[in-house]
Amino acid sequence: MHTADWKKYFYVLLVTAAIFVTAFFVSDTLGNKKIEDIQTAQNRVSIDILSSETQFALLSESSCETVGDTSLSKDLDSLGTKLSYAETNLTNKEEVLWLKKNYSLLEIKDYVLMKKLAERCKVKPVYVLYFYSNKTGACPDCQKQGAVLTELRKKYPGLRVYSFDYDLDLAALKTLVSLYKVEPTFPALVIHKNVEYGWKSVENMETDMPELVTLTGTTTEATTTVEGKK
Amino acid sequence: MSGFILIATNILLFVTLYAQVLLLFTFFEKKSVFSNTGGGGGEPLKKHPIVTIIVPVWNEEKTLGGTINSLLALDYPKDKLDILIVDDGSTDNTRQVANAFKSNSSVRVFSKTNGGKHTAVNLGISKAKGEFIGCLDADSFVDKDALTRIVRCFEDEQVMAVTPAIKVHTPENILQQMQSVEYNMGIFLRKVYGSMNAIHVAPGPFSIFRKEVFDKLGGYVKAHNTEDMEFAMRMHKNHYPIANVYDSYVYTVTPKTVKALYKQRLRWVYGFLENAIDYRSMIFNKKHGNLGMFTLPAAVISIFAALFFTGLAISRIITGIMKRIVEIQAVGIPMHFEWPHFDWFFVNTSETAVVVYALSLSTVFVILVGKKLSEGNMKPHMSMVYFFLFYGIIAPAWLFKAVYNVALNKKTTWR
Repeated sequence: MHTADWKKYFYVLLVTAAIFVTAFFVSDTLGNKKIEDIQTAQNRVSIDILSSETQFALLSESSCETVGDTSLSKDLDSLGTKLSYAETNLTNKEEVLWLKKNYSLLEIKDYVLMKKLAERCKVKPVYVLYFYSNKTGACPDCQKQGAVLTELRKKYPGLRVYSFDYDLDLAALKTLVSLYKVEPTFPALVIHKNVEYGWKSVENMETDMPELVTLTGTTTEATTTVEGKK
Repeated sequence: MSGFILIATNILLFVTLYAQVLLLFTFFEKKSVFSNTGGGGGEPLKKHPIVTIIVPVWNEEKTLGGTINSLLALDYPKDKLDILIVDDGSTDNTRQVANAFKSNSSVRVFSKTNGGKHTAVNLGISKAKGEFIGCLDADSFVDKDALTRIVRCFEDEQVMAVTPAIKVHTPENILQQMQSVEYNMGIFLRKVYGSMNAIHVAPGPFSIFRKEVFDKLGGYVKAHNTEDMEFAMRMHKNHYPIANVYDSYVYTVTPKTVKALYKQRLRWVYGFLENAIDYRSMIFNKKHGNLGMFTLPAAVISIFAALFFTGLAISRIITGIMKRIVEIQAVGIPMHFEWPHFDWFFVNTSETAVVVYALSLSTVFVILVGKKLSEGNMKPHMSMVYFFLFYGIIAPAWLFKAVYNVALNKKTTWR
């Protein structure tokens, strides 16, 4: 009557421990699924870029009509969001880092392809390079800048925003940095081949890049292309 | 999450999960240290001992009549029913309402100068004719089978006190409906605790005691406005078992406004903490069985765990708001509202989140089981959703204030 049920307490301890262990396991499995998800998306983007490059290599000027890929940037965009979520929330740090490097490389490839397009087809691409740093205290304005660029992408879906983590240990990125001579002052934006430091608001960006207005009207095209690809 | 907070979170989550699993385990075990703890009819009573029900009143002219009528409607021989109305110095028409029942042979009326509920009950105890003594608040009602079921439980000689199943009387607004869900969970809890002889409060409404308990332990004492808690702890200290009958239904009126609810719960939690301090020798004391090793520590820990998690949630919300402010500073307030596109990718799947999901599921289960015990069906109701979503927001307010009061030695008021 007045004794505690020691056997029961012990069983319950086992069950609770089992539930906890299962929770770890479930969380781990789901984390891996998320990484696979990012990986699949990256593979998709990778193939798209490869396909465009190959198309380009095979044909000459006549390929200009077929390669108008705003859809690429949209995929890269959602990849970027998922990656930064994964960076803060997932525990498989090594894999996420690898994915991040892969993503940066894809961005650079897209950038190179876009420049070739511009040259060959005489179009003026609208793009901006954005360098940030995650080191504590290195970039207090980066959150604001990120929000600005997200807003700009919403307003002008044809705008290409290539964002790079300056501290990422990637040879191609370091080459890009030295090409534009980007100093470690953040946020750093490359607009019309000039590096500018310090954060810029939406209005600042619109003033610096008057060609942005030529981009509105591509919204519907972009969405349908994406739907089709899905 | 920083290292320390992550460890503290995991420890508290583990402890909370342990408590939930223990409760569910005990519930499904269907074993009890007592017999006759509920399940409707059963054999007719071997005998009908005289039972005294004390109704302490103070300025409750509107509800007293209903309470007495429900007692008179009990399915129990009228000559074995001893109803004592004790007027604790009311200043309204309560005395008149009470006197109107004097003509009934089962009812006696006493008056005294105001001294607090426990003094009124003690007077009743001194005048009681019954072998068993219980109380009923003047704003509560009993189901007609309530007493028979409790007396049946007393046929088990070792039982010294029996607690009923308390439900909310006709819940009107959302707040009362949420409390109804809570009280149903309470029926589940008391059933489980009862089966382990680990009940830590014999609630005012219709808890019934063997007279010898009062003879040997004395009456109620002044105890931080929660005399019913103190008495249960005193019984346990002296190894007097307390059982529960899960279908002996008593209906009580609950606060209608958040302010009234806050005052009531503040009194309860403060009272519990102060009583727990007074009886701290029982906590984690093997001599007091499941009460000492489980119920008391669990109740204390749950208060602090709730505060910890609330603190965590608030800091998260503040961080989120600050982020939004920075964004708004950067891009201005969005012109149109964009419905966020749901992507399973962004659902939190960290291990603490998964444990929280498991805990939420078991809580929902307990809510449904509580409804089954209380109303006979497991049909979900909107009030359960409100309870699940909003109680976690309101409750921390009185939890925090109660702990604050205890720490700073401030007292609570009854009304």
